[in-house]
Amino acid sequence: MIRGSRRHPGFLAAMAHRISGLLLALFLPAHFLVLGLAIESEAALEGAIRWTDQPLVKVGEWGLVVLLTLHLGLGLRVLALEFLPWRDSRKTLIGVGVAASLLVGLLFIHNLG
Amino acid sequence: MNDGTLTVEIWRGKDEGRFETYRVPHRESQTILDVVTWVQRNAEPALAYRFACRVGMCGSCAMTVNGKPRWTCRTHVSKVVSSGVVRIEPLRSLPRIKDLVADLTPFFEKWRTARGRFEPSATRADPMAPISPESPKRKAADAGIECINCAVCYSACDVVAWNPDYVGPAALNRAWTLVNDERDNDRAGLLRAVSEAGGCHACHTHGSCVEHCPVGLNPTEGIAGLKRMTLSALLKGALS
Amino acid sequence: MIEARLYLLQRGSAMVLGPLVIIHLGLILYAIQGGLSAAEILERTRGSIAWAVFYGAFVLAAAVHAPIGLRNLAREWLAWRGRSLDYATLGFGLILLVLGLRAVWAVVGVAP
Repeated sequence: MIRGSRRHPGFLAAMAHRISGLLLALFLPAHFLVLGLAIESEAALEGAIRWTDQPLVKVGEWGLVVLLTLHLGLGLRVLALEFLPWRDSRKTLIGVGVAASLLVGLLFIHNLG
Repeated sequence: MNDGTLTVEIWRGKDEGRFETYRVPHRESQTILDVVTWVQRNAEPALAYRFACRVGMCGSCAMTVNGKPRWTCRTHVSKVVSSGVVRIEPLRSLPRIKDLVADLTPFFEKWRTARGRFEPSATRADPMAPISPESPKRKAADAGIECINCAVCYSACDVVAWNPDYVGPAALNRAWTLVNDERDNDRAGLLRAVSEAGGCHACHTHGSCVEHCPVGLNPTEGIAGLKRMTLSALLKGALS
Repeated sequence: MIEARLYLLQRGSAMVLGPLVIIHLGLILYAIQGGLSAAEILERTRGSIAWAVFYGAFVLAAAVHAPIGLRNLAREWLAWRGRSLDYATLGFGLILLVLGLRAVWAVVGVAP
């Protein structure tokens, strides 16, 4: 049940942007730590990469790729709204952002195969 | 509900209170203000609510109807009723005086905080300033000056609800009309005022203000303009 | 005028991240074809100034962008205000910077 004043695309876009940013920010230190395993040895990094071969982890990776593209797309929407002349097509911009992220997600799955 | 009545839940009390339910006859072309008036005249004489013109010009009757801030005199019941139920509360993010009456004092104080007042640069003895209504700045100002301070945008804005410092869309819209007014004498001071905590940079471009403004104004666009102007001033060292 | 400065840093770092993220996504989509391994990654990145510059810039921009975004979220959804919020913002930025530059070093600088 979303509050009446929030049932419009701009709010949903803002929430998707914020939540995706939060999840990415929480992921980033882990990402850096895994890459940092190469300081120990190539084998250590390889071990971590093989760990990610598990199907559930691959789903998580797909999720991260989608989140990143979503955050980028919706972020570009904000930059456009704030720095470019106003267009009433802001709703279209949201659509473009979401579509792009789904496309990237599909490419990820395809390239994995 | 097909028995010709509406189930109307109305907030009673102040910040602490409860919803009370009334059964109101459903009439054709009924507005929410009609419903509230019926309740006060026939069911609950002690119900407090605000209205003035009742024809969609003054903004006094603004309330939250099924979660959305609206002018109740301009809201047909048939447009908002959900399974025969209508829920009416005072405007969000404002202190409650009684029942459906909100206290607009913080709204106007924030207007002052954003320096929403004109600083004169001439006296009555000086000739009139020649401003073309077609100039881009005047058009930008004109796009915002019809604001009648009804506080619908303020109540629609989630950042206002989440951040007590945020001055809100109406105050910043007013600042935008002034920053584009060539006769205003203190552009630098105004840009400083809207760059404080709770100023234009707190806006996240949700656009709820544009969605809900009954006059069709666009505070998000004006706030984006203020962001660009303050950035420009910051980069030139003119903001501190 | 801290809010204006943070806004500048946030939007500025976003503009830097835009192209970097697009390139990074392209790289990853390319790299995962036929499976991924540490050897494949490291044989490309080891000793490369170009990778160091690219990912160094990426880390720097992310270390500015993410904490400011989280700061807004904390202030609005956790009602976190004041000095402690400022220190936490700075702290998280430093963590990202240190861990991130260490990761860049790990794939570019560390000898096999």
